[in-house]
Amino acid sequence: MSATMSAAARPETAAAPPPVVRFQNVVKTYDEDGLKVEAIRGVSFAIPKGRFSMIVGPSGSGKTTLLNLIGCIDRPTSGALEVCGEDVGTLSDDQVTDFRSRNIAFVFQTFNLFPVLTAYENVEYPLLLLRVPSAERRARTLAMLDAVGLSDHKDHRPNQLSGGQRQRVAIARALVKHPALVLADEPTANLDTRTGAEIISLLRKVQLEQSVSFVFSTHDPQLISHAEDTFPIRDGILLEARR
Amino acid sequence: MMTFKIAFRNVLRNRRRSAMTLLAIAVGVIGIVLFGDFVRFVTAGLETNAVDKVGHLEVFRTGYFAFGAGNPAEFGIDDYASVVKAIGDDPALAGKLSVVTPVVQLAGIAGNFALDVSKTFLGTGVVPSDRDRLRLWDEHGVNRRRLLPDSGLRDSDEARGIVGVGVARVLGLCEPLKLDGCPARPKKSGPDGAALAVNLAGLAEAERPSQSPPDDDLARIDLLAATAGGAPNVVNMLVSRAEPQAARELDDNFVAMHIALAQRLLYGRGTPKATGIVVQLRRTEDLAYARQRLAQMFSERHLDLEIRDFADLQPFYKQAVGMFRAIFLFISLIMGIIVLFTIVNTMGMSVMERTTEIGTARAMGVRRVGVRRVFLLEGAILGAIGSTIGAAFAQVIGMVVNRASLTWTPPGQAAPSPLEVLTANSMGFVTLVWFAIVLAATLAALIPANRGARLEVVDALRHV
Repeated sequence: MSATMSAAARPETAAAPPPVVRFQNVVKTYDEDGLKVEAIRGVSFAIPKGRFSMIVGPSGSGKTTLLNLIGCIDRPTSGALEVCGEDVGTLSDDQVTDFRSRNIAFVFQTFNLFPVLTAYENVEYPLLLLRVPSAERRARTLAMLDAVGLSDHKDHRPNQLSGGQRQRVAIARALVKHPALVLADEPTANLDTRTGAEIISLLRKVQLEQSVSFVFSTHDPQLISHAEDTFPIRDGILLEARR
Repeated sequence: MMTFKIAFRNVLRNRRRSAMTLLAIAVGVIGIVLFGDFVRFVTAGLETNAVDKVGHLEVFRTGYFAFGAGNPAEFGIDDYASVVKAIGDDPALAGKLSVVTPVVQLAGIAGNFALDVSKTFLGTGVVPSDRDRLRLWDEHGVNRRRLLPDSGLRDSDEARGIVGVGVARVLGLCEPLKLDGCPARPKKSGPDGAALAVNLAGLAEAERPSQSPPDDDLARIDLLAATAGGAPNVVNMLVSRAEPQAARELDDNFVAMHIALAQRLLYGRGTPKATGIVVQLRRTEDLAYARQRLAQMFSERHLDLEIRDFADLQPFYKQAVGMFRAIFLFISLIMGIIVLFTIVNTMGMSVMERTTEIGTARAMGVRRVGVRRVFLLEGAILGAIGSTIGAAFAQVIGMVVNRASLTWTPPGQAAPSPLEVLTANSMGFVTLVWFAIVLAATLAALIPANRGARLEVVDALRHV
């Protein structure tokens, strides 16, 4: 707990970028068969904007829960959570959904592409949710597919793509709407080492080009080696952050 | 558009399951449409059967409908010819009328005194040519394959009449009328009724024309009835044919004759009247208007007349139609429930299989209502495709049935008639069934759609 407090208490210097995520004494408890399980135990910390940040820890340490809270797909049991300057704990279900649509993108371990849509349609989908005009939507979708090197595969369905290609589509889908925050849960876990390395390079390149804040949950050393900030977590408690 | 694309492609995703669902919906629609078309055919047949006998409307002197059975002569319409003319000439009804004709209803005793037999009868006096025209009414086309036998009545021959097969049998007319399957009357052993027969035969003999009529080879019966004044009266009738009636009671009592003969029997040498005026319209849809118009006309002319429609005059029509509609509703309900459960099952499995996709969509910013919309749309698409297939097959099966030359004896009819389903002009009905099934399918999808929409994003993403 003291380590958590020390991370939160770290003074933000004038040179440090403003936080994209701020936790204040956040607790997340699950009720499993009448048994209360404390997955996050009162963490307070801030994730700086425009960085390649990683939440690391062993399985069951609470990193995915932390990522879910940052992604506003789960709510804290107590404490305050601010994402992109918004106190997300006060938003209604529809408001928080719209907030996610505008500001947050996800890259999943299992890619989670829509199997009935082509690569192009999968990438276009977030722009449809944001009601981006047709011509702009098309231009941005094609540009993003080009950026991830899949222009020639735009009409392929996910089952016609390799694992690496699917993850590239997922990355294009995440970035096409120009989100403030991209969350990636073990994005290289289902890929071989070489493909994983390619995906990491791609993410790093995009992050540098677009100054997007990336937050990963991972225990892949290959990915961790690229981290600008690391937030180790164990048993629901955040340990000393490394920058 | 994207929502529709996702929904449509998901319908095609599990082809076997979707095919089974579509099959269930299509079978349901085929059942509803075909049975509905059959009920429409039966209803049209019952309506035609009623209208070609009693018209759409019948005008009576006020009180006849309730009390006329006791003494029809007392409720005769005075100067009925002018009422018939007024109705026929009414410009408001121009083009809507098919036949306007007077009728006389009466009851009495029919006797074949040569064989010393008699029985009660219920008689109708008609204008033969008008009766023939009445019988031609076929607005719904249900009688197009029916051959109408000769009515047996002639405008030019007032003495001619027809009887029910039961009347012919009892009066010993099977042999003279050459009726198939009509047993010969056993010989009478006792002297019962002989005196009465002699008296009535005397009356009848007095009524017979001195010169032999041209149809002297026809069987002859005598009809006895009370005149308006209460005196007994007898006329002779030449029986040209026996016509089977739908109900045995009617068959055993039915006599139809020229109106002049009926008037002579009922009014003797007094002023002839009609007990009713039959109004047959070209189209049943004009019934309410014609009824209102006639009521207005009678009121303006201060005529003490009442109007009844064919459903009032033939309660069997209402009962039979009501019964068939109830069966149709029951079958539709069963089919609807089958469709409902099939869709609930299919969509339920779909929601379960796509839980992770639901979580992904929600994480990306799709609201709960958006998730619900996709699944409802899938239900509607399944309903629409299944209904369209079902409706198309129903039309094909209907055509096959109609060309199979099947026959049946519908309720209220004595002779067999073609068994068909009324596929003509059924677009409105089929469209209604189509929309009802699509609505049922959409509503059925609501249960699994709500289940999908209520999923928590984290739980949905964790689903394996």
